[in-house]
Amino acid sequence: MEIPYTVSNRPDTGLWNAKIGIWLFLASEVMLFGGLFSSYIFLRIDAPPGHWPHGLLNVPVGTMNTAILIASSVTVVLAWAALKMRKYNVYWWYMLITILCGIIFLVVKLTYEWPDKFHHFGVYLKPEALEKYEPYLGNHHLEEKGLPPRVEITGHLHNHEALQDPNIKEYEVAVDPIYADPTNPAMDQPHFWPQHATDKIAKIEKEDVERAGMFTPDHNTFFATYFTITGLHGLHVLGGVLVFIYMWLPVSKKVYQRNPEHLANRVEVSGLFWHFVDLVWIFVFPLFYLL
Amino acid sequence: MNNPPDVSPDPAEHEEYAHNVQKHVRGYLTVGAMLLAFTFITVALSYVDFGTKKANIAVAMLVATFKAGLVAAIFMHLAAERRLIYRFLIFTALFVMGLFWLTFLAWYDPVSR
Repeated sequence: MEIPYTVSNRPDTGLWNAKIGIWLFLASEVMLFGGLFSSYIFLRIDAPPGHWPHGLLNVPVGTMNTAILIASSVTVVLAWAALKMRKYNVYWWYMLITILCGIIFLVVKLTYEWPDKFHHFGVYLKPEALEKYEPYLGNHHLEEKGLPPRVEITGHLHNHEALQDPNIKEYEVAVDPIYADPTNPAMDQPHFWPQHATDKIAKIEKEDVERAGMFTPDHNTFFATYFTITGLHGLHVLGGVLVFIYMWLPVSKKVYQRNPEHLANRVEVSGLFWHFVDLVWIFVFPLFYLL
Repeated sequence: MNNPPDVSPDPAEHEEYAHNVQKHVRGYLTVGAMLLAFTFITVALSYVDFGTKKANIAVAMLVATFKAGLVAAIFMHLAAERRLIYRFLIFTALFVMGLFWLTFLAWYDPVSR
């Protein structure tokens, strides 16, 4: 059976069917991401002072991934335009670039950004212990400036066995630069370039610790929302890449040979999805990396 | 390169059509360049102190909304789309605003505050 209105417009709607289908789907996607973004706002505005970390994500890498996604949005629309002009070879190349951009985005996320977080360690101190670790926290300095306090010490955990062994009474953490020089005004705001952990080892007694762990989704609300939203976004990128690969393979050339407009329309609807994924990232990037 | 039988049987019509698409291509490239430029502007602005954190968030969201508008209007062709699609989007906007309003109510929570 032939699927109707893949190319010609349906008389009552004035549109080919897939176009209506994709927009209804995107409307449901707006609700899906809307739910997550509204929870993000809710969790963030209710976070106690100092409990919404800033500067833990790699801004240059995030910026690069944003640029890659924007570039892929341009190439997919150029791929569509090439089909409209009946230039299959040009289409093929633009599609290939789009697919590669999507793959690079995912590879950076999964092999660098996320694992980097899983190796980063943080210790939330009990409120009554904050004063004891003042040399690392510099909260008096922050208070004078009217800035939110620091309640966590982050860095690289030296004695990994401390996580399991109850007989080890303290965590040895090679602290991040902020905690090595907490009263330096240059440390009041995050830096563009990520800074590596220093050689300065802070010994933090377990009895002063509220909770401690690697930067996994259960570490704090920030990482819970970060991994949920970027994870769902990543799944969308993966979905888009798989669809694009199908449209790029020789099997789709047959569709083109039968009716080029049919393939152009397929690329248009999958492109609409891809632009939506780009659009979500346009909000994700500043919310998590920059603010 | 093969040019298979087209939807439009008139070659002259196809010629003109292709020419129109070609004109759009320049627009797509310009918008792509603008999006890149505004990405760097967003990053730069996040290191400028606008007084309060809220002000910084507002500025970043303003730029992001502008960028999203560009993507929607040009790449997603919403600048010239059929009325039915606009109708879908009006309802989507209403529902998503309702969703954000519900979260706002949860935060506002007059009982426990």
